[in-house]
Amino acid sequence: MGIRNTLDKLEPHFHQGGKYEKFYALYEAVDTIFYTPPDVTKSTAHVRDGIDLKRIMITVWLCTFPAMFFGMYNAGLQANMAIGDGFGALSGWREAITMALAGSHDPGSIWANFVLGATYFLPIYLMTFVVGGFWEVLFAVKRGHEVNEGFFVTSVLYALILPATIPLWQVALGITFGVVIGKEIFGGTGKNFLNPALTGRAFLYFAYPAQISGDSVWVPADGYTGATALSAAAQNGMGAVQQAYSWWDAFLGFIPGSVGETSTLAILIGAVVLLITRIASWRIMLGVFVGMALTAMLFTTIGSNSNPMFGMPWYWHFVLGGFAFGMVFMATDPVSASMTDRGKLLFGLLIGVMTVLIRVVNPAFPEGIMLAILFANLFAPMIDHFFVQANIKRRQKRDAAYSTATTEEAT
Amino acid sequence: MAADSVKDVVLSPVFKNNPIALQVLGICSALAVTNSMSVSLVMGLAVIAVTACSNLFVSLIRQHIPSSIRIIVQMTIIASLVIVVDQVLKAYAYEMSKQLSVFVGLIITNCIVMGRAEAYAMQNGPVMSFLDGVGNGLGYAMILLVVGFFRELFGSGSVFGFTVLTPVQDGGWYVPNGLMLLPPSAFFVIGLMIWVLRSIRTEQVEKAEYRIVANSKAKIKESV
Repeated sequence: MGIRNTLDKLEPHFHQGGKYEKFYALYEAVDTIFYTPPDVTKSTAHVRDGIDLKRIMITVWLCTFPAMFFGMYNAGLQANMAIGDGFGALSGWREAITMALAGSHDPGSIWANFVLGATYFLPIYLMTFVVGGFWEVLFAVKRGHEVNEGFFVTSVLYALILPATIPLWQVALGITFGVVIGKEIFGGTGKNFLNPALTGRAFLYFAYPAQISGDSVWVPADGYTGATALSAAAQNGMGAVQQAYSWWDAFLGFIPGSVGETSTLAILIGAVVLLITRIASWRIMLGVFVGMALTAMLFTTIGSNSNPMFGMPWYWHFVLGGFAFGMVFMATDPVSASMTDRGKLLFGLLIGVMTVLIRVVNPAFPEGIMLAILFANLFAPMIDHFFVQANIKRRQKRDAAYSTATTEEAT
Repeated sequence: MAADSVKDVVLSPVFKNNPIALQVLGICSALAVTNSMSVSLVMGLAVIAVTACSNLFVSLIRQHIPSSIRIIVQMTIIASLVIVVDQVLKAYAYEMSKQLSVFVGLIITNCIVMGRAEAYAMQNGPVMSFLDGVGNGLGYAMILLVVGFFRELFGSGSVFGFTVLTPVQDGGWYVPNGLMLLPPSAFFVIGLMIWVLRSIRTEQVEKAEYRIVANSKAKIKESV
C-alpha cells in the first residue's frame, strides 16, 4: 500500500489552505487512477449501483481496443502492401523503429505490419493525450472541477478517427479545439452539447480539407495516392469498389482508411460489450442502422444515371467509411445524445438518414457520418423537449379523464 | 446624459461598451466581411461614416420628428447615407466595392446604426451625437480589424495582403487554415475575444446562473 500512504501523506497539501491548493484537480486525478474514489452517499435514499462515471468511461475505452489494435495492424498492412507494389518507404525515425523491431516491410508478417502501424498510431495517440490532457488539467485547475476519465474516451476516439498520415501538429490543433471549444467552454464533461472528439475532427476537416476530407486514401508510403472506397464509389460507381475490395475485405477491415474505422467486425466486438453492459444505448444504434438502411434502400430503388452513389446498397454503406465506428462509439455518447427513450430512436434515425444523404446526394463530401452526428447533437435537446412535452400532455389528458370519471361517479 | 465628456463619448464604445463585444450587435456583417484586413478596414470606415452622419442628422431634426413615425424618418436618413457611401465606394474603389458586395447596402440593417440613432441622437445635441456615432463606429471597426487580422493571418498567412507566413503552396512552411476563411470562424474569433475582454474587464461579465463549487470533495470531507 505504498502508493496509498504516499497519496495520503500528500493529500493535505492539496486541500484548501494547503501549499498546492490550486493543483487539487491533478492530485484527485492521480488518486482516482490508482484507487476507487472514497465518496459514499450518506443520505438514506439512493440508487445502489456499482457503475459510475469512471467505470463507464473505462469500459468504453477498453471497447475501442479491438478496433485500435486491428487498426494499427491494418495501417501497417496497407503501407507494406503499397511498399511491396514498388512505392518507397517513408524515411525517418518511424522507418528506423520498424527496421529495428521488425526488420522488413513484409506485408505477410503480422508483426511487421503491426509495428509499422504502431509507429504511426501511437504518436498520434500520445500527442492527443498530452495536448488534450494539458487543456483538461488547465481548465480543471482554473475552474475547480475534477479531471475525469471521460478524457480517456475522448482522446482514444479522436485518435482512432484520424488518418495515419496526419501531421502531428494538426492532431494537437484538432484536440485543442475539440476539448476547449467543444467541451470546456460549456463547463466540461456532462455539459457539452457536441461530441468533443468529433468537434476536433470537424475542425481539421474544414481547416485542412486537402489532407483530411476523405477523398484520397491515407497510406503512409512515399508517393502513394488513390481514392478511398467511398470516393471511388462516388466517381466510378459500385463496380469500381467491388473490383478493388470484396465486401468481406471491407467488413473485416482490410481497406485503407482512418486508423480505427476500417474493421466493422472489430468495432462490432466492442459494440457487443457496450450493449451487454448497457453502457451504450441499443436504441441509438438501432436508430442509426435502420435510418441508414432505409435511406440507402430508398436511393437504390430510385436509382440515378448521373450519380453512381445512388446504387450503393445498404450493406456496403454499413462497412465503408466511418459508419460503424460512428454508430457504435460516437452517436452513443450519453452526454450529447438524446436522453429520452423514444428520443434516442429518433436521434439515431436522424443520424442514419443524414449520413446516407450526405454520402449520396452531397457531391462535396464523400463521407457523412461525422457531420450527421454533429448535426443530430444539435437537435438532441429539441427531440427530448418534444417527447417530454408529449408525455406531459398525454398524462395530463389521462388525469383529466380520470378525475372527471371519478367526480361523475361521486355525484 | 448632458454631462457626457467628449472623451467618454468617443472612447467608451471602443472598450467599455463595445457594440459587438458587449451588446453583441452587428454580428452578421462582422462574420461576412472579415476574411481580409483591407476589406474589414473599408467596411469599418463605411460604418463609421454612416453612424456618425446619421446620428448628426437625426439629432439636428430630433425636435421636429413626430414620435409615431420616428423610426421611418431615421430609416430614410440612414438609407440615404448608405446609398451615398455605396456610390462613393463604387466610384473610387470599385474592386473593394465588389468584394464587399451586398454588405455595404446591408449597413442599413446594422443594428448599431439604428440603435445609436434611437438611443442617443434622439436625446442629445448634434455635436455629441456625431461623436457618439464616431465612437460606436470605431468600436465596430476595431473588432472587425482584430477579427480580420486573425482570419487573414491564419487563413491566408498575410496581413493587409502582405505575406507574413509564407504558405506551403508558395514554397513556405505555413499550411493555411481553411476554416479561418469560412465565415463561421469569425464566430469563434469574436467569441474568444469576448472571453478575453471579459476576463480583463470583469464588470462586463453577466451574472452567472449557477456556479460549480471549487474543490467540492475537499469541502465535504471538512464537514464530516
